[in-house]
Amino acid sequence: MKSEENKTGAKSLNHTTGLNRRKFIFKSARMAAFTWGWGLFANRTVRAAQKLASPATLPDKSPLPAGKHPDLILLSDKPLNAETPPHLLDDAVTPADKLFIRNNGLEPTTIDVKTWTLTIDGESVKKNTVFTLEDLKKKFKHYTYQLVHECAGNGRSEFSPAGRGNQWTTGGVGCCEWTGVRLRDVLEAAGIKDDAVYIGYYGKDTHLSGKPGEVPISRGVPMRKALEDEALIAWAMNGKDIPLVHGYPLRVLFGGWPASTSGKWLTRISIRNKVHDGAKMNGHDYRLPIHPIAPGARIPEDNEHFRIIEAMPVKSLITYPKTGAQVATGKPLEVRGHAWVGDLQVKEMHTSIDFGATWQKCTLKEPRNRNCWQHWTTQINFPDKGYYEVWARATDSNNKMQPMLVPAWNPGGYLNNACHRIAVEII
Amino acid sequence: MKEKIRQRNWHKIKPVVFGLAALFLILLNITTSHSRQPQPSLVRKDLSRRETLKDSLDTKTGLIIAPGFAVVSTTCVRCHSPKLITEKRATREGWLATIRWMQQTQGLWDLGKDESVILDYLAKNYAPKNEGRRPLLKTPEWYKLTNRQ
Repeated sequence: MKSEENKTGAKSLNHTTGLNRRKFIFKSARMAAFTWGWGLFANRTVRAAQKLASPATLPDKSPLPAGKHPDLILLSDKPLNAETPPHLLDDAVTPADKLFIRNNGLEPTTIDVKTWTLTIDGESVKKNTVFTLEDLKKKFKHYTYQLVHECAGNGRSEFSPAGRGNQWTTGGVGCCEWTGVRLRDVLEAAGIKDDAVYIGYYGKDTHLSGKPGEVPISRGVPMRKALEDEALIAWAMNGKDIPLVHGYPLRVLFGGWPASTSGKWLTRISIRNKVHDGAKMNGHDYRLPIHPIAPGARIPEDNEHFRIIEAMPVKSLITYPKTGAQVATGKPLEVRGHAWVGDLQVKEMHTSIDFGATWQKCTLKEPRNRNCWQHWTTQINFPDKGYYEVWARATDSNNKMQPMLVPAWNPGGYLNNACHRIAVEII
Repeated sequence: MKEKIRQRNWHKIKPVVFGLAALFLILLNITTSHSRQPQPSLVRKDLSRRETLKDSLDTKTGLIIAPGFAVVSTTCVRCHSPKLITEKRATREGWLATIRWMQQTQGLWDLGKDESVILDYLAKNYAPKNEGRRPLLKTPEWYKLTNRQ
């Protein structure tokens, strides 16, 4: 990754000096020289003490790692963030090439599986303990679960005014099969003191600024979530080594909670006697206003005004057909997708083709395990030729439904679980 | 009388004055716009990865080429993707809050006099859009669904 970025950085400099070939050669050359010179100036003087990362421009080649589906939508190349169009999420188990990418920093460049260790420490650990990968695989029972994980900012692009960060539409979600050991078993092996409140993870990724010692992200969950059966420390995704971009060789997984809690390139877990205070645990990162606020309103970014997002709200996707389908009149159209909800279960699934005036119940499967998404299908008969939108709405086991409008505005643009919809034309 | 003569003369020279004024404005526009900003680079052949690549967008960063572009393109995208700018919309105040956040948490340096240039550029070119409670569904690429799965 690093070398690739350096390459594109160098290319972009050449490109700058090669700008504006056609006219005004002298002016543009002067401008380019200025731009380049400014870069050097900024480099040498302003940030002299720091190792400067290469300038980010859109690379000529796709920055997606090899093996990724080319139709993933790139949201940011530095850090690397890409989402999956809904029709590519049609598989029951999300394949590796179609899983969204959300990085906060830069991927680690050197990984030695033989010397890789996981340290359990913190104020509330009975004994600081270091496990090798081999230890984890040998000493503990293995479990396999299919876990949904969704970016808390998935759907952010629909908030107005816009929230900070990548403007995700619908594809910051996936449900892969993970194999590893229970976090609970590992924590208990090290010993958990009675005053334990939270865990926090640390990974081997590096901060965008290139500053050594800066942590790009270090989040965690309360003990009750950490001790659940499905909370995993995993080394395999869909039966194979986890791909580098998804956290090779080790990551932690908490299905149904913001995917930011499922840290990649895992090297350390701290058992804390207070709410974890790592990078992106504070301010309004992954937090919602405690009391609802008006769109665009500003409130102090402190714990008095913001609460940490825990289980994700009920949501669903239409994965078949792809939006824009022109369908011959007469035969019913099969429509299908997935539905999921934080720590509960999806109870019912409905679709509407008249903008919510009437709803039709779908067939909904049970989840394969807790924190896994559920598949739904339905047959839709359209009454006439013309333009339709199919809207999908899930209801959870607490009778909460997806809203048709974008839900409560919040500064981070989190938790937009508004109904997904696709366009269909009957011809 | 003098007034009448002046009016008659004005009537005669009016087209000339207006013509000269227009010419002056055109020239002024050319010189100022070219001295202030780099020219749009030639459109790349490979456009598949970006939907609306126009002459007014920089082909490397996707940023709108307008006053302030040069400073933004050398400052902001030093650490992060230009897409974090081009995808987002905010008021001047909102962009300032983002800069302050980057300075407090992400190691951004003091921007000095560039700060107002950057803010002017962002507030003008990446201002909020009023989209209501739910934007319209984007017009899809229509396709015939024949082999139903």
